[in-house]
Amino acid sequence: MNKLIKFFKSFLLLELLKGMSVTGRYFFARHITVEYPEEKTPQSFRFRGLHAQRRYPNGEERCIGCKLCEAVCPALAIKIEVAERADGSRRTTQYDIDLTKCIFCGFCEESCPVDAIVETRVYEYHGEKRGDLYYTKEMLLAVGEKHEEQIAKDRAADAKYR
Amino acid sequence: MMELLQTLQLLGQDLLGPAWLPAWTAIKIMVIVLPIMGGVAYLTLAERKVLGFMQIRPGPNRVGYWGLLQPVADGIKLLTKEFIIPTGSNKFLFVAAPILALTPALAAWAVVPFDDGLILADVNAGLLYLLAMTSLGVYGIIIAGWASNSKYAFLGALRSAAQIVSYELAMGFALVCVLLAAQSMNLGEIVRGQSHGSGMLGWYWIPLFPMFVVYFIAGVAETNRAPFDLAEGESEIVAGFHVEYSGMGFAIFFLAEYANMILIAAMTSVMFLGGWLPPVDIAPFNQIPGLIWMLGKMSVMLFIFLWFRATFPRYRYDQLMRLGWKVFIPLTLIWVVVVAAWMQTPYWLW
Repeated sequence: MNKLIKFFKSFLLLELLKGMSVTGRYFFARHITVEYPEEKTPQSFRFRGLHAQRRYPNGEERCIGCKLCEAVCPALAIKIEVAERADGSRRTTQYDIDLTKCIFCGFCEESCPVDAIVETRVYEYHGEKRGDLYYTKEMLLAVGEKHEEQIAKDRAADAKYR
Repeated sequence: MMELLQTLQLLGQDLLGPAWLPAWTAIKIMVIVLPIMGGVAYLTLAERKVLGFMQIRPGPNRVGYWGLLQPVADGIKLLTKEFIIPTGSNKFLFVAAPILALTPALAAWAVVPFDDGLILADVNAGLLYLLAMTSLGVYGIIIAGWASNSKYAFLGALRSAAQIVSYELAMGFALVCVLLAAQSMNLGEIVRGQSHGSGMLGWYWIPLFPMFVVYFIAGVAETNRAPFDLAEGESEIVAGFHVEYSGMGFAIFFLAEYANMILIAAMTSVMFLGGWLPPVDIAPFNQIPGLIWMLGKMSVMLFIFLWFRATFPRYRYDQLMRLGWKVFIPLTLIWVVVVAAWMQTPYWLW
């Protein structure tokens, strides 16, 4: 008997109509796509994007060349050379990050005692040759200058959780 | 309108003499084929949009406003791509196959009535002609699969041939029911036979409802559309019969598939949904030209085609054969008898 009922039910295509009602409902649903260049997803202030080197408000660069970031970097993406400057302070002569190696873990930023190396919210950058993504000290400082306002705001927002 | 056509006729006869008849026929063919090509182009966009909407995403929307120029961009891309002929292939048949697939899909339109009297060739065996033309399309697929000299293409062609042979029968029997009800094979007469009742109650979809469903599903199978797209089966045989085709050859297979879809939609509208007849035979509705109703009904059927594709997963091969031979053919055979008996009783109202 059950078999017979099942047989006639299958002729009414009930299950197929049920399936079609699901897709039919979704036809009128609001689409959830974020149309990227026009719309962007919200970002956390902890977003780890392009790196930057910061300066103090008086213009002095923060980095003291302690090499903690170089030591902690799991991808070995950072290369630092240090020398004594004319005024006797310890400064880097070379500070390179190879962004093709970097895994954006944020360890460099966490290890930094003077908040010199940070990761910004910038993720819309590109290189046309592999060398373009090898960021030198000058480039990192330039990124820092450009986004200093946002960087400072994000650090302040995160400060109470540290 | 009629006078304008007649003056055009006379003018043409004066100008071209005996060459006018073929020229006039060519013009009429163009008037049918060009809108179909446009329809095919925009059906591809409609398909992507409908699939997108049912998957809660917007579908193509970069080329032109709301993606409306996407078919143009696709067309240009396919036209400018290289048409590669594999070295191991049978070159003549390889080139002929897409043509063989497209020609019947377009030729079938000759007998489709768009409105009362708006028909290219008002032949009395229109139904047979349509059945013949829709079956011929499979030769394009079989030849494409064989001429490619590729295993995947060959498997796709075999599947397609078996599938179309199986569903052709169910389709034919469903049409026999229509034939019984209308007592004519002329498509115009079939539509007129549905005008006796009041509006949509007089259409054949009510007495022949199972046949309506069977015909439409068999139509989906005939056009190799999801969930019956085993001939393409991209997950197991890459793309089936058209793996080796590129550029315009590939585009023509697509044109043929979509032209066939529109044709099945038109035939379903003509035979079960009253063709150009309005759904309610009262003032505001029967003022609207029949062409609009016809196109509206076709659009609804085409939407269902796309809805199927968005909803159902592909049939397994044995399930496909079971559905064709063990469900559709017995069902249609029974319904032929039911309709024939029903028509002898006074309860036949159509």
